[in-house]
Amino acid sequence: MKIVLEHLTKKFPGISKKDKSEVIAVNDFNFEIPDGKLIGLLGPSGCGKSTALNLICGLEKPTNGRIIFGDLDVTGLPPENRGVGLVFQNYALYPHLTVYDNIKFPLENLRGKDKLTKEQMDAKIQEVAKLVQIENLLERRPSEMSGGQQQRVAIARALVKRPQVLLLDEPLSNLDARLRLQTREELKRIQQETGITTVFVTHDQEEAMSISDTIVVMKDGVLQQMGEPQSIYDEPINLFVASFLGTPQINVFDGYIKDGGVYIGEAKVLDAKGQPDGDVSVAIRPEGFVLDSNGPLECEFVTREVMGRDTSFVAKHDKFRGEKLRAIIPSEEIYDGKDGKVRFSLKPSKVHIFDGKTDERIKL
Amino acid sequence: MKKNLTAWLCLLPAIIFLGVFMVYPLVDVLIYSFEEGYNFASQTSFGTGTYNYSYVLHDPYFIQALKNTFIIVIITVPLSTGIALLISLLLSNIKALRDFFQTVYFLPYVTNTLAVGLVFMILFKKTAYSDGLVSLLIQFFGGPSVDFIDGPYWAKMFVMCFYTIWIVMPFKILILTSALASVNPMYYKAALVDATPKWRIFFKITLPMISPMVFYLVITGFIGAFKAYSDEVALFGTDLNAAGMNTIVGYVYDMLYGNSGGYPSYASAAALILFAIVFTITTINLMVSKKTVYYQ
Repeated sequence: MKIVLEHLTKKFPGISKKDKSEVIAVNDFNFEIPDGKLIGLLGPSGCGKSTALNLICGLEKPTNGRIIFGDLDVTGLPPENRGVGLVFQNYALYPHLTVYDNIKFPLENLRGKDKLTKEQMDAKIQEVAKLVQIENLLERRPSEMSGGQQQRVAIARALVKRPQVLLLDEPLSNLDARLRLQTREELKRIQQETGITTVFVTHDQEEAMSISDTIVVMKDGVLQQMGEPQSIYDEPINLFVASFLGTPQINVFDGYIKDGGVYIGEAKVLDAKGQPDGDVSVAIRPEGFVLDSNGPLECEFVTREVMGRDTSFVAKHDKFRGEKLRAIIPSEEIYDGKDGKVRFSLKPSKVHIFDGKTDERIKL
Repeated sequence: MKKNLTAWLCLLPAIIFLGVFMVYPLVDVLIYSFEEGYNFASQTSFGTGTYNYSYVLHDPYFIQALKNTFIIVIITVPLSTGIALLISLLLSNIKALRDFFQTVYFLPYVTNTLAVGLVFMILFKKTAYSDGLVSLLIQFFGGPSVDFIDGPYWAKMFVMCFYTIWIVMPFKILILTSALASVNPMYYKAALVDATPKWRIFFKITLPMISPMVFYLVITGFIGAFKAYSDEVALFGTDLNAAGMNTIVGYVYDMLYGNSGGYPSYASAAALILFAIVFTITTINLMVSKKTVYYQ
């Protein structure tokens, strides 16, 4: 089912006594989620991504704008009539019920023509349990399971009534690192097997990049950029998106454009023909550095971290915004590091230039 | 060994205290209850046996007290818990004036029992000058004049139960509102998304979540109601036998110090019978709770 958000806005009244001004959690959202896709809503904490999810789900009423599922305007519909499945960050499994009863819970709410017999319920529960691979855990209580297992149960409970839209709020944030990797593959598999349009919220860019068909990057309630993970990584439209995506983080330098060239300090690092002069931010992906004894960018060498496949160079530069910059260099390249300096040339495709005032990207 | 010694020394004050004020009297009561015709003044008895129990169990006043106590327990414990739960639910669902209502409901808890008794007198007692407010109301709607304090048994029992429920309610409301507030709202959201009807949310989610607190209130409610005495005195005066409103604890007191007093053996026997009853009921409660109460 296709989901369309039109001018979606949510304002909360100010809570603090001194400042009664409204908080705009979601500001004029416009986007379309194609049928059967997995969408990652990505942003730092407090950027309004959970609110956006709650709006789609119906737990919050929008201040403005419309939400359309397929051809149906659901803006005024309560959550129970929207046909959505929601997985909470803390799973919200009913602790006093067994896994079986937890999954059965939504089915028992069906009334009228949708009412199911015991056998039908059981068949559905077994089917969904098989899908998320918890068939042997059905008699357990939530407290007797690991976080990953609870997560699967929560997904099963959300899926059992065949929702048209599946919503996941920070689905992996309560899992340890290894389980997180495993579960996110699992999520992707379940989504592909069921073909349900899925929206999930995360603050972890790696998580979003790895499983989403499309990423929506948010900041302060405003949609920054939407697109396929790779294209957002390669073509960020502003400095925020560039810094938010990618590990290690992109390296940002204070620079300027003069006479058709991009400069960091005295060093001209790129051509910028036809661009007006002015201050810019020069953002370089860690993999955009190339060891080059004649390269334009000279940095103070700090240390080198060997990671096997490649080496991470930690260095300092007085125009660098932050403490230390980090460059990822293939391990086979040799560096002697005698004079305490390291010189780089740059891969143009890995360098992004942003306007010094607006932080918008300047395409070279 | 040395470690143990320190531990015992630390426990000593508590052990002495419990021994002198709990264990010794309990054992004493047990002994009294089997000593026939024990005399306080001479500290002598005719012999040992079960006559005291037989006497108490055949005493019509005790039977009356037993009956009264059971009626009070059976009526007030479920009703007060149920009404308290209902009020707590309403309280947790309103926003405006919530603090105000909470205070109002909590007032009986901090009000002196005898002062409350006085108010109930005004409401229910028939005097030479007035029939009592409730009775006047009944008459206004065409009913007969009823004396709730000195009148028929059912009227007195009604006042008694009404009073008991009213007096135990605040504490229950206090406990239940905090129990309700401690249920994570995320469960309600999950239920909401799953289109769960309100009554089902209450019975399938809210009630199991607060069941330990409800159970606690039921157990203490049972025990408290079995020990009822002071409320009866506040309403019907000290001669409860004459009013036909005595309770087991009242009977014990009367046997010790009342008009018919001076019979520690009978009092002890009655007290132990009460203990046996409370013990049995609590055991049954615990057994039932194993199946119904969920502990996180």
